[in-house]
Parts: sequence; structure tokens; C-alpha cells
Amino acid sequence: MSSLSAAIQDVFNEPGCAKNANKSEAERKKGCTKQLQPGSAAGGCAFDGAKIALQPFTDVAHLVHGPIACEGNSWDNRGAASSGASIWRTGFTTDMNETDIVFGGEKRLYHAIREIVEKYNPTAIFVYQTCVPAMIGDDINAVCKAASQKFGKPVIPINSPGFVGPKSLGSKLAGEALLEHVIGTEEPDHTTPYDINLIGEYNLSGELWQVKPLFDELGIRILSCISGDGKYREVASSHRARAAMMVCSKAMINVARKMEERYGIPFFEGSFYGIQDSSDSLREIARLLVERGAPEDLIERTEAVIAREEARVWAAIEPYKPRFSGKRALLITGGVKSWSVVAALQEAGLELIGTSVKKSTKEDKERIKERMGQDAHMIEDMKPREMYKMLKDAKADIMLSGGKSQFVALKAAMPWLDINQERYHAYMGYVGMVKLVEEIDKALFNPMWEQLRRSAPWDDTANNRQLKAIAQTDALAAEIAADPALADTTRRAKKICFCKEVNLGTIEDAIRSHGLTSIEAVRRHTDAVGGCCKRRIEDILVAMPVSSPPAMLQAAE
Amino acid sequence: MTIVTAPKKACVVNPLKMSQPIGGAFAFLGLRGAMPLLHGSQGCTSFGLTLFVRHFKEAVPLQTTAMSEVATVLGGYENVEQSILNIYNRAKPEIIGICSTGVTETNGDDVDAYIKLIRDRHPQLAKFPLVYVSTPDFKDAFQDGWEKTVARLVEVLVEPPAVETERDPARVNVLPGCHLTPGDLDELRTILEDFGLKPSFLPDLAGSLDGHIPDDFTPTTIGGIGVDDVVSMGRAGWTIAIGAQMRRAAETMQAKAGVPFRLFERLCGLIPNDQFIAFLNEISGRPIPLKYRRQRGQLADAMLDAHFHIAGRRLAIGAEPDLLFDVSSMLHEMGAQIAAAVTTTQSPVLEHVKTNEVLIGDLEDLEELAKARACDLLITHSHGRQAAARLNVPFYRAGFPMFDRIGAGHQLSVGYRGTRDLIFDIANLMIADREENHQPTPDTWRSPMPACRSGRHSFIDAPERSIA
Repeated sequence: MSSLSAAIQDVFNEPGCAKNANKSEAERKKGCTKQLQPGSAAGGCAFDGAKIALQPFTDVAHLVHGPIACEGNSWDNRGAASSGASIWRTGFTTDMNETDIVFGGEKRLYHAIREIVEKYNPTAIFVYQTCVPAMIGDDINAVCKAASQKFGKPVIPINSPGFVGPKSLGSKLAGEALLEHVIGTEEPDHTTPYDINLIGEYNLSGELWQVKPLFDELGIRILSCISGDGKYREVASSHRARAAMMVCSKAMINVARKMEERYGIPFFEGSFYGIQDSSDSLREIARLLVERGAPEDLIERTEAVIAREEARVWAAIEPYKPRFSGKRALLITGGVKSWSVVAALQEAGLELIGTSVKKSTKEDKERIKERMGQDAHMIEDMKPREMYKMLKDAKADIMLSGGKSQFVALKAAMPWLDINQERYHAYMGYVGMVKLVEEIDKALFNPMWEQLRRSAPWDDTANNRQLKAIAQTDALAAEIAADPALADTTRRAKKICFCKEVNLGTIEDAIRSHGLTSIEAVRRHTDAVGGCCKRRIEDILVAMPVSSPPAMLQAAE
Repeated sequence: MTIVTAPKKACVVNPLKMSQPIGGAFAFLGLRGAMPLLHGSQGCTSFGLTLFVRHFKEAVPLQTTAMSEVATVLGGYENVEQSILNIYNRAKPEIIGICSTGVTETNGDDVDAYIKLIRDRHPQLAKFPLVYVSTPDFKDAFQDGWEKTVARLVEVLVEPPAVETERDPARVNVLPGCHLTPGDLDELRTILEDFGLKPSFLPDLAGSLDGHIPDDFTPTTIGGIGVDDVVSMGRAGWTIAIGAQMRRAAETMQAKAGVPFRLFERLCGLIPNDQFIAFLNEISGRPIPLKYRRQRGQLADAMLDAHFHIAGRRLAIGAEPDLLFDVSSMLHEMGAQIAAAVTTTQSPVLEHVKTNEVLIGDLEDLEELAKARACDLLITHSHGRQAAARLNVPFYRAGFPMFDRIGAGHQLSVGYRGTRDLIFDIANLMIADREENHQPTPDTWRSPMPACRSGRHSFIDAPERSIA
């Protein structure tokens, strides 16, 4: 446990994180995550985060040490894609039972590792610690070390039990495990001046392959991708790369920074979501590689590819832009990728009315401000009810979010698009951008919405005059309640004398300015007939404040 | 009698089982205005939530006490208290259902005592329905969590009828097992109502997870049985329990409120439904509606049409005990052989499964058995998709979770009509499989030479398969 808390402290101390650097010593110790609110928390645990970060390693067996919940409830649920091995999709767990809790689960874990080696013989085994064995003190580091020696195979402990924090912490702890046990343990067969690492790219829906052809064309080799379509050997030898790109915001910044520190691999933070971001990222990769000794013509060649691709994608998107003009999107992601998706959507001509920044760092937020302007509506923690209201009131035309909040939009009969890990479509690079635009278009302009927003004929409020009238009155009343000036104008506009159309305001003014006290007087000073409206005028005379001394006013007259 | 065995391996590969707490939470989801709360770290809830959402394609309320490492060491009282207050104030639920998890059970949190203390400290909660079930992850399975929770709901909420109150003979309590879908419950509701009976389902997932579109957004469940309806279940004339897992709840109901019960272990298949309809005829005193006489005929005809495709099939099935027993028995009755059966947890029905051995195991076991025993039909939940692809056999998805197909909430298996549709679906899979994978070739019937064998099946059973 002590090594785990040390690792957590180390992660919290991340100097590469601008947000962290601005904190006091005490604040930093507390960690970069807010205390979770029992009873109103959402999102995964640290174990979940570690698994998300590492499961895309395709030739590794991922063994979860814990009771059935941790793996049984979650396995094979990621949309990452593999170009070869499939062992990563197999669910392995020790399924700890009561006996293990009492006597300790280390033995079972060791046997489990042996069974996997014997039956499946994977390149490596990653062993994930979970809450229960962490509580009872199972030392997975020791078991992994012993198993590693015994079976002559890398068995890597991933110490990130759920209760130490949220997903983002888990991803970083997973990164620590890679740094400690994997990276730099093997040598690549050969190296080229064009070798790069991609860090924090998970190849969801195969989106890495939307960009890879461009790398191939430029002769840039992805020495290792952490961890999309990743292979153990590639990561183990990734310390020989010339440059690195940190793809998914800050999720694995510790890996990028420490690799720079240890192996002198410069990195930058970039994104392949959106046209501008894709071009910037390609440029930056080329620049870093040339800086590290690649032939200078790479820059020129990269510019040529960028120019060609940009022209192509703009031409493909052009027809959509007029269709999207005036359409408003609400973006609710975990917040990690917000700024890059914001850029992508704006390029397609959508207006963004808000984006979540719950998990974004300060730097991310700055970028969003840059993209959306100073008054960007950044949503720290939007409750589903608020999202629903925003959509129901048609303040947004489409919501883009992860799977868990999709029904908030769909049940409001509003278009929704999945942009998280369970999605079907790949949206990276130039081709991905076109795909995203296509999908948004399909969602926005589906003729279905019109039908769904109609009520059933038997409770059709639009055609029911009574309900319509009530609704109008309600709406007006609400408006009036909100605005005192409007309330007064409305009050004064009330007709008192219907025959001559004299309103309350006119009569009140006459009474006040002339100090009138009788119906007769009112009749003289206004057009009011005082016949059928006699009672109403009497009421006004009674209700008028006596504070305006009539004598004085009359005198002034 | 069937032998039930558990394998002696240390590593579960491709789990079939899901954990007990989410089975418990699932039961709470069938109550109106409910907020299920898992007492554990936030991942316990988040994984369960993702499963439910992907299965039903619905928003699902599920909260967590968000136990941190420190809270786990110090005990979870404060987290439970804060969670309940937070949910009570923000979501305004009608009931909060609390399930423990592995973390808090290992720690030994005494949640019953916590709740007592919370009620004392917060008078507004003195009478508020807070139902707690102990469901450690490291014991039992999804179905057990459901079973315990429903029994607990009966124990805590149902009131024994006062001595002078008359029972309403038309009121029937229905206690459905977790293997029934919202679609199944609606089917049962219609059948019972057609007999003039007034059913109350506990839990009623059809009210909450049937996919309807509510007028407004609610953070709790949007339908299901109300707490007040559960309270008055003691006044019903009968309780119908479906699935052996519901025996405990039915017995609790009987002990507490004196409502007699009838347990139907199965509602898929001709004979079980004959028994069911006959029972309704008996307790309602109403003649059997023409509709069901016709549906019975339709099922019989479906069996005739489908038996060509189902008979002789070697079934590999992985499911929780009640679902396994129900579906496999129906297919057995149509001539299929249950060649491999894997389940998640102990149950009395396992002994009646029409096979030699039922294994409490995982999908690796099922896949190995299916391969060794040349099975040519696989039935399990969506996690069987990888095995199905490797085995290259027809794959029918049944049970929870079903995340890679839509309409899980409306897949029927109960009643004459539900059985009929299920039979059609499975038979059509066989037909499609034959068209895709078993077209005869000039070499299909040639003498055995290893080089001539094509595909997975042996040359001997090929001609049999080309009938119909």
C-alpha cells in the first residue's frame, strides 16, 4: 500500500500539469480531484480508469484480481479496435470468494496467472488490483514478481484499486505502472529518424487508422501507441522514439513528461479531432522530428499533405455548412476532449452553446475560451435535469455526449450523437471530421424528429383550444412575474370602461393628478362612461392610496 | 437427476456471472420513484449503470456512496448518511434501496444499524422507506441479489391485512424472477387482466424500463410499482411467483400476510402455459378467453413448423439458473439435446435440467464444452458473442446483458405467444445458419478423407441437416 500511496502522491505532484504547478504544497497533496459527493456522484473509479488506459494493448492478457463485480460487470465493453491479437478482449478475473477474503487471495492470483500462461500464453499479463484485495492486503507486486520469474514472462502489476479516486487518476496510475515496469525494458529491432510515440490514444472504433495512412505516406513510423492497438513489445521499446504526441489531453501526461525526462523524447499535446488540430499536430510532429535529426524535407512534405487533405476535407464539408448555420450544439463529455471537439464542431459551422469542463484542466479551459470566446458557457457539473430542460426548451438543437447521458436528449426528442468510447463511428483526422459532420447532419435532419415531437391526436395540446389558452396565460403570467416594469404596464392596460375603451392607467393617472374622489369627477376628467363600469371605478377610487393629498394637488392646479 | 458441479480453476475466463449488488439494484428499479444506492466505491455503481444503460437503452437511476480509501478504513456511516440525505433532498424519491458491495462487506459495515441511527438523527427520514439488502460481490450472483432484494421488500414493506379487512379475490400479486423482461411482464399483465384479475407486479420493470417517453425528466425511476401498492399486497387473494428464485419472496409474503402462493418454475413452453392458464381459470372463475385458445393453437402450430429445425440440435446454454431451466426445457421438449449447460449460482431447479451435468462456471467452460460436444446452437447473453464467432454456430442472445442488439426489454419468452415467437426466432437462426454454412457440396457425402472435410461439422450429420 505504501508504494501505492507514494505513486498517487507522485502523480499529484505532476509538474507537467500547469494547474498543479499553481497550487500550494498542501493543496497539491490533496490531489487534483474534488472530493466525491456521496449520493450524487457519477463516473468510474480508478480501476476503471486504469483499465480504459491499458486494455487497448491487444496482445496482453488483462487479469483483474477482485470479486466478480469488477470484471464480470464490465468486460468486453470498449470500442477499441485491434489489428491482430484478440486476447485483450478475453475477460480474466480471480472472482474472489469468501474464502479468499478470509485467507487472502494471493495464492489464487498466482494460480490464475499460471492458468493463463498455460492456456493462452500471451505476450504479457497485466494484473489489476481492486478494492477488496487492496483492503485485505494482497500484495500483487510480490505475486507478479514471483510469477514473472517463474514463467519467464512479463507480469505487470497495475496498482489502481477503485477507491483511491476517479477514472482520471486511474489512467495516470496505469501510466506509472508502464513507466515502472514496461517502458525501456526491451529494444526495438531497428529505429528510424521518423519514430514517434502516440500517448493516450485508444484507437476507439479504429480511429487511429484514420490518421495512420497519413503517417505512412510521410514515412513517419508509430513506434508505439499507448495504448490503442498497442503491442507489448512496442511499448517496452518505446523509449527509442524521437518524439511523442500526447493525444488525449492530460490523461497520461505523467507518461509523456517522464519519458521526456528519462529518455529525452520531446512531446507536445495535440489532437486529431478537427481540421485545424489535425494539421497543427502533423506540423508539430514533423517539426519535432526534424529537430531531432530527421531530414528537413519532412516539413515540406508534411505541408503538402496538409494542403491536399485540407482542400479535400473543406470541399467535403462545404455543402453542410449552410445546413448547419444557426444550429446550436451542447457538448457534454467527460470534459477531457472538450476543446478538441469544440474546434471540430465550429469548423463544421455549428454554434456551441455550452461544453462541459468537469474533468478539464485549467489549460483545457483556456483553450476552450480561446475557441468559444470569453463568454463560453463552460459547464462544471450539469445535472441531467438541466440538460433535459435545455434541450426540451430547444436552447440546443443537438447534444453530443457519452452513452450515459444520451437518454436525456433522446427522451426530449432531440438529436444526440455519441462521442465517447462506446460509439460506433470513428471521428479522427480529416476523414473522421467528414464522418462527424455527416453523422451530425443525419441526426439533425432526420424527418423522424418532427413526428416524435407531435403529441398523440387525443392529447394534442396544439389543437386543443382550452389547453392552448391556459398555456398562453401561464406563459404570460410567468413573464410578468419576472419583470416588475412589465407587470405594471400589464396591470395598467386593463380595460375599465369597455364602451369607450378607457384603461386602468388612464383613470389612475386622472385620479392621482386631480385628486378625484367621485365617479362623477372621474367621468369629467376621462372618457369613461361610468355606466356599466361604475362598480369598477368605485373599486379603483377605494383602492387608490390616500397618500396623495388631493387638496394640495388641487391647489397646484 | 442432474449433477451440479463447480470447476476447480483459479482464473475465471470470460465471466458469465454478474455481481449480486447490481441484481439487487435491478429489483429496486422496478419500484416507482426509486433510487437504488450501492454502498461501495463509485466504480461498483458506474459499471452496473453502464450495463443497465447498454441493455435497456434507457436512462437508469443508480447512485453510489462513493467510498474512498479513507472512508473504507474509517467505516462508511458518514457516506451512507450523506448519500441518503443528498438523494432525499435532490431526487425526491419515494424509496431508496441500498445494496452493499464487496468493499463495504469486507469492512463489515453494519448498514442496518446505520439506517437506524440516520432515522434517529433526521426525523424527516423516520418513516421514509429505506430498504437495505446485504449483497457482497464475493458471494452468489446477479439472480441471488434480485431474489434477496424482492424477499426483503416483501418483508419490510408489505403490511399484514387487518383482521376485519376482506381480501380482494381479484387482486393477484405477481413476483417475477429477474429472467423476465419488461415485455414479459406486460404480456402477463394482459393475460391476467383478460381473466378479470388485478395484478400487482413486484418488482414491475415494465412500468419503469419498458422504454416509454416521460413528459418530464425525473432523476428516479419513472414507473414501476408504488410503495403504497406494495404495502397493500397483503390484501391480495393469491401470489403467483415465477421462477424458483421467487420462492423465498412468495413464502415471506405468505408468512407475513397469509397470501397463498403458486410457484411457476417456468412460463416458456406449451405445458407450463397450459398449467398457468388453467390456474388463472380456476382462481378467477372465468372461462378461458377465446384469444388464449387460439394462441395455444398457434403455439402448437409453431412447434410443428419449427421442430424440423430444432430437433436434434445440440444446445450449449449459459444462463442464470431460472432462465437456463426455462429455455433449455422448452427446447428439450422440442427435441433438442442439452449438450452443455453452464450457470452462475446454485439453485434447486438445476437438478431438473434435462442433461447430465450443469456446471457453475464461465463462458470459457461453455465454449470448451460446446466445442468438445459439437454443439450447434449457443444460447447465452451478449458476452457470448466472441465464443459464438469462434465456434461459428447460431447464437441466440438471452438473458442479461444484451448490449449488442436492440429491443432487449421486449424480447418475449412467456405465454403461448411469447413461446411461439421465441421458437420462430430460434428456428430462423437455424435456417439462416444452414443457408450460410451448410450448403451441400459434391464432397459433403464422400468417404472420410481428412482433406475433403469442409467446415466444422463431420460428414455424418450433414445429410440429417439437409432435411426441410
